[in-house]
Amino acid sequence: MFTVISILFSGIFIGYITRRFPFWEKINRPITYTIYLLLFLLGISVGHNPQIMDNLATLGMQAFLLSAAGTLGSLCFAWLVYRFVFQRRKEAKE
Amino acid sequence: MKGSLIIVGCFLLGAFLGWLKVLPAWTVQSDLSSYVLYALMLQVGIGIGSDAKLGQILRSIRPRLLLVPLATITGTLLFSALISFVIERWSLSECLAVSSGFAYYSLSSILISQLKEPTLGVQLASELGTVALMANIFREMFTLLGAPLFVRYFGRLAPICAGGATTMDTTLPVITRYAGNDLVFVSILHGILVDFSVPFLVSFFCQL
Repeated sequence: MFTVISILFSGIFIGYITRRFPFWEKINRPITYTIYLLLFLLGISVGHNPQIMDNLATLGMQAFLLSAAGTLGSLCFAWLVYRFVFQRRKEAKE
Repeated sequence: MKGSLIIVGCFLLGAFLGWLKVLPAWTVQSDLSSYVLYALMLQVGIGIGSDAKLGQILRSIRPRLLLVPLATITGTLLFSALISFVIERWSLSECLAVSSGFAYYSLSSILISQLKEPTLGVQLASELGTVALMANIFREMFTLLGAPLFVRYFGRLAPICAGGATTMDTTLPVITRYAGNDLVFVSILHGILVDFSVPFLVSFFCQL
């Protein structure tokens, strides 16, 4: 729980104080491979799990609802910000 | 694009092998994935902290630009909270955790399946992680496919907010194409900030 966040911050701290080392420029590669590994492991635990495999359609529907709702929410607020902040600025300039 | 395909491919390969039950028991145990997750978070942190351009980017932010990621986060969480009343299976905080992925499907699904294990048990945590994976993949797809529509009906900032954490890489091309080249910097900054918020928000909601 807090472990994850504190590890993240430790990493940020370590990265910051050692930022002069050219070493870290290549950090994106290992990150990508670690992500591949983790998704692979997640895949294993999911495939191994008959309750998930049997209910993919249900889970998929829940996923669809959540993603549609989240996206729509962002769109609405994007419209608000665009309309009332950016466009007013534009009118002020003209 | 290729990266996304490989990520999904790894997941599918693992799912296939897990389904066939050909792998030794220790790969299914969650301890292994916990440690790999810690390794990932350490690397991500190092990547953030050592980024030479980070300070430069932070210093050049005009406060007004912060409204865009704020809109994304607020809008997503609000509407997700509303739809959570329709989804009986998962609680409010669980739905919010899923939506806090903001299309960052790899990290959010991993985090959720790990962090929810103590409270939900391996079974449900993996289910929620799967929902998170799918939901955030869908979100990225919605943005890639719907960008021109979003611009038309919700304004030029719309595809940026829809894209969530992906707007600095995966969805950047489609955003610049349909929302305009002048929004490149806004999109990249938005992506960085939302991307950065994912581990915090997901962890937060997993603990509620």
